Amino acid sequence: MLEIDNIHVNYGRLQALRGVSITVAEGEVVCLVGPNGAGKSTTLAAIAGGVTPHAGSIKLQGRGLVGLPPEAITRLGVSLVPEGRHVFATLTVAENLRIGGFQRRDRGGAAADFERMLGHFPRLRERLQQPAGQLSGGEQQMLVIGRALMTRPRLVMVDEPSLGLAPMIVDQVYEILLSLRRSDGLTLLINEQSSKRVLQFADRIYVLRGGRIQLHDRASNLQDGKAIMEAYFGFGEQPAAAAGPAALGGVAE
Amino acid sequence: MIGFLQNLIDALSLGSLYALAGLGIGLLFGILRLTNFAHGDFITFGAYALIVPSLDVMATKFIGGWPWYLMLPVVAALVVVMALLSDLLVFRKLRQASAPTLMIASFALGYIIQNTILMVYGARPKAIDMWSNLQQQVTIGELRVPQLQLVTIGATVVLMVGLSLFLGRTSYGVQMRAAAEDFRMARYLGIKANFVIGLAFAISGVLAAMTALLFVSQTGTLSHMMGVPLMLFAFIATVIGGMGSLVGAVVGGFAVGFVSVMLQAYLPEDLRSFRDAFVFTVVIVVLLFRPSGLIRAKALVQRV
Repeated sequence: MLEIDNIHVNYGRLQALRGVSITVAEGEVVCLVGPNGAGKSTTLAAIAGGVTPHAGSIKLQGRGLVGLPPEAITRLGVSLVPEGRHVFATLTVAENLRIGGFQRRDRGGAAADFERMLGHFPRLRERLQQPAGQLSGGEQQMLVIGRALMTRPRLVMVDEPSLGLAPMIVDQVYEILLSLRRSDGLTLLINEQSSKRVLQFADRIYVLRGGRIQLHDRASNLQDGKAIMEAYFGFGEQPAAAAGPAALGGVAE
Repeated sequence: MIGFLQNLIDALSLGSLYALAGLGIGLLFGILRLTNFAHGDFITFGAYALIVPSLDVMATKFIGGWPWYLMLPVVAALVVVMALLSDLLVFRKLRQASAPTLMIASFALGYIIQNTILMVYGARPKAIDMWSNLQQQVTIGELRVPQLQLVTIGATVVLMVGLSLFLGRTSYGVQMRAAAEDFRMARYLGIKANFVIGLAFAISGVLAAMTALLFVSQTGTLSHMMGVPLMLFAFIATVIGGMGSLVGAVVGGFAVGFVSVMLQAYLPEDLRSFRDAFVFTVVIVVLLFRPSGLIRAKALVQRV
């Protein structure tokens, strides 16, 4: 469904991505793990049109995405839930949700999806007329996932869904994502710093560090966690002494 | 007491103009982080649209002679076209530019508009008689108020209620508020950037046109620089009201109007010619105590 071939992204002179290739098949759950600054968020932003790679290609069902504006990519069925949630704090919960449906042609479908989201997230129904900024962190995370689904995406990308949330809430968020995958047949691409959670959840895992893919495999082949840790921290490489501590410093786990 | 009430109505009437112009500036700042110094020149353009283009000293009314229900929409449409062209030809090329670059571009645009008007209409200010029957005074108890001031205040209230209904109740309004808060996120949700920006330019054009009509009927003169002081005071209004907050722009506009009129009325005679210096002193004092303005914008997310 999604094919990323050897993309490079620079921020000024900083090379954020140095040749990243990822594929995601229809209905799959793929996770990107890696330390802070590995390029995970940049990868998702590149797919969503937030940054433009200067080399490489990104294709959604054969259609090139590089150079399209973010709003056009959303209309093609890709929805990004960026890191840090980004609710529209002064807008009400209901307005936040509806925004996701504005670009759709099928008004009736959007209205039905609005009700469906409230079914998935009953907590939001109680707070529909409140400004979204007043919600708790967990509720905001539910809101932005619901809002992203209102665009009726085929591919949903979530950037660090567990960031800044209590472990119990994180479990709930993942449960909801899994149940949505079953009920809506979603394809998911998820960034995570924690590799433990990802092992239970993903079909396939990519480990990203220093703007490059260090490892990718089926989650079932990585269950002992050793290979992931090596790729994550860069053990066993020659300049390990240089890369190791820097990588460790950025890991929250 | 009557004197104070009289001054208060003057203040509301002047504040209305600043608030309307401030809204036009604040709307674009909210969405584009553009401090549009050409807004004053949009107002000037709207005012000159009322007369026949010529270098004659005497102004001949053109659209200005039409009945108000034709004049309002036509002048508004002309200024909206000007605002949209400004976006298309100038600001759209600068979408990735920094806020100072945008501001300087708006200065340049403003000069181009001013000088074009100068070439077409000449440098001398022109007298124009708009709605002079509104100069008649209405007596309310002992209070005597020119009808025009009531019309100005009423029109401002109508425009503000209209704008807040638009922003609050319509899906386009929700999109604009979302874009003002977090532009990038709004685009990730499929909101078309250029459409929302165009909408903001169009609304600021409508506001500029209405400001122009009210201003011209109060002053009765046209000059190619007429919008500049209005823009300056409206800009100050948005700053002390709180950049990025539309309520702030309105509050700031009325505050600046109030301070100006009251200083004019109550300063000792000798100091009145320095009124603006006192107004700016008040502005500085406000900013010392509330650096982000009277109304703090809840979300000033950096647009990337």
